[in-house]
Amino acid sequence: MTPTSVGDPILNIAIFAAFVIITLVIVIRASRNNKTAADYYAAGRSFTGPQNGTAIAGDYLSAASFLGIAGAIAVNGYDGFLYSIGFLVAWLVALLLVAELLRNTGKFTMADVLSFRLKERPVRMAAAISTLAVCFFYLLAQMAGAGGLVALLLGINDKFGQGIVIAIVGAIMIVYVLVGGMKGTTWVQIVKAALLIIGAGIMTIWVLALFGFNLSELLGAAQANAPEGKDLLAPGAQYGLTDLSRIDFLSLALALVLGTAGLPHVLMRFYTVPTAKEARKSVVWAIWAIGIFYLFTLVLGYGAGALVGADAILAAPGGVNSAAPLLAFELGGTVLLGIISAVAFATILAVVAGLTITAATSFAHDIYANVIKKGKVDPNGEVKTARITVVVIGILSILGGILAQGQNIAFLVALAFAIAASANLPTILYSLFWKKFTTRGALWSMYGGLGTAIFLIIFSPVVSGGAINEATGLSSSMLQGVDFQWFPLNNPGIISIPVGFLLGFLGTITSSKKEDPKIAAEMDVRSLTGYGAEGATKH
Amino acid sequence: MENSAPPANQELFVAAEQSEKFNTLKKRHRSFVLPVAVLFLVWYFVYVLLADYAHEFMATPVFGNVNIGLLLGLGQFVTTFAITTWYVSYANRRLDPLADEIRTDLENQEAGR
Repeated sequence: MTPTSVGDPILNIAIFAAFVIITLVIVIRASRNNKTAADYYAAGRSFTGPQNGTAIAGDYLSAASFLGIAGAIAVNGYDGFLYSIGFLVAWLVALLLVAELLRNTGKFTMADVLSFRLKERPVRMAAAISTLAVCFFYLLAQMAGAGGLVALLLGINDKFGQGIVIAIVGAIMIVYVLVGGMKGTTWVQIVKAALLIIGAGIMTIWVLALFGFNLSELLGAAQANAPEGKDLLAPGAQYGLTDLSRIDFLSLALALVLGTAGLPHVLMRFYTVPTAKEARKSVVWAIWAIGIFYLFTLVLGYGAGALVGADAILAAPGGVNSAAPLLAFELGGTVLLGIISAVAFATILAVVAGLTITAATSFAHDIYANVIKKGKVDPNGEVKTARITVVVIGILSILGGILAQGQNIAFLVALAFAIAASANLPTILYSLFWKKFTTRGALWSMYGGLGTAIFLIIFSPVVSGGAINEATGLSSSMLQGVDFQWFPLNNPGIISIPVGFLLGFLGTITSSKKEDPKIAAEMDVRSLTGYGAEGATKH
Repeated sequence: MENSAPPANQELFVAAEQSEKFNTLKKRHRSFVLPVAVLFLVWYFVYVLLADYAHEFMATPVFGNVNIGLLLGLGQFVTTFAITTWYVSYANRRLDPLADEIRTDLENQEAGR
């Protein structure tokens, strides 16, 4: 293995190109019927539960899941596993409290539900802003992942070359979303989810076979290969060092479990199915697919620890994120590495496409059509705005990706979750379950939760003043050489999530203006029975 | 403009919301989802706190290199799958038939108006 890259870059590119061509054909075929706004944003509500569930898994199992978690387990052992548990249990919040009620009361975006019985324009604006903020952090994470992968797989180590590859990935993504809309994007997610789960499954069985299908032996081998004094099998290797890092971990756990049901690109997927029952089925499919995949990453992470070793992983160009690709190389040489890296690229591509269409929909449907144009815009004009937004967001995410290279992606995603849990979830739950909830409560909760989360992130070690790595002399923060950090935690969730809930409550009880009880009754009835919900469009 | 697929008749909704059927549905829904949500969140945070503060306990070996921490972690997967299955069967038996009935009633009233 050369220190600059592993495998055969030409082969890696060829397999990835094959994926792009196949999915592009699917996207073009799927998009033939894209006519209305419901087609473009919600795929004509024509997907079945299992299809949509697979697509949700595709949306959710991002590069952070595959590369980030496997890497975290390989290097930090048990503490990496904790990520995947939070990511999975979170789906119960979506299943029990959000998915069906949301499908029954909305049309395209989270803001549709919130503005159902509250004052429309301010609430819509707030919801759109927090949607865009969550999408931004999530996009940054995915693009950072792309950079690391490029370094590892194509042997491109200079920033300029990596930037060009990120730009190419971004450009392909823009084409997918522009041409395919939600339907095309959904098919890309489905193909990608299937490839990812099958690929991870094959590697899992392979690793287990090497250890005689004995989990205990695999764990023992990983521990034997661990750096001196590090216990990979017990919790604490990453977060157990100080009291502060323990609280940081608690904060992360809170953000993970409450964030999922507030992620706008996940919420938007519930509108691509015809009924609430199908929305429920999609979540059930997603839970099984995601759960089984995380069990795979447990084996892959420890497998990478045992067969590649934490030191070799950290020394590789992609750092922590290179554990899964290095394991693939160890197992199946250049061919398996090529396949797995193409899958990882596809993962980034598909997730970025899903995020982009969500952000574009939110901008075009919520901000442009309903706030700026006050609803006086024909659907064609709205879709046109959405398409322009896609290009703008695509370019922004390419630039962001170039800037965010080298950050741990699982951790960047955790920030997106913290914002979603602080700004979106409180308002969603209040408006679905609390009849007295008011516009002021919604605005306080959304702006307060979002503002607190972002404010704390800016003054956290994530942005400046992080610990200096003695080997490289670089700080772990985004900005080097400055230090205006005073908030000690990496993840703001433990403060900002309660703030979001509390402000929603306080805003509501201090409102002098009550909301219309008749509309509240309408929302109540619709959310539970599905009466009046827009069904599938027929072509 | 928003959410107006069929012509909305708010009196209809107010009456429907106060009907006995709807109250039963709402009660059945909430009396399931809210306690179960509290239950799995408590179990999740107990687990997280143990992983965070009880390293020794979690590192206790059970068999071979498998320790309590790993078993509890896998237990989170098992309970997540179990609650999912439980909710689906509950919704199919107790929620969907009633919701369908109320929706059909509303659609008939809407049509007959």
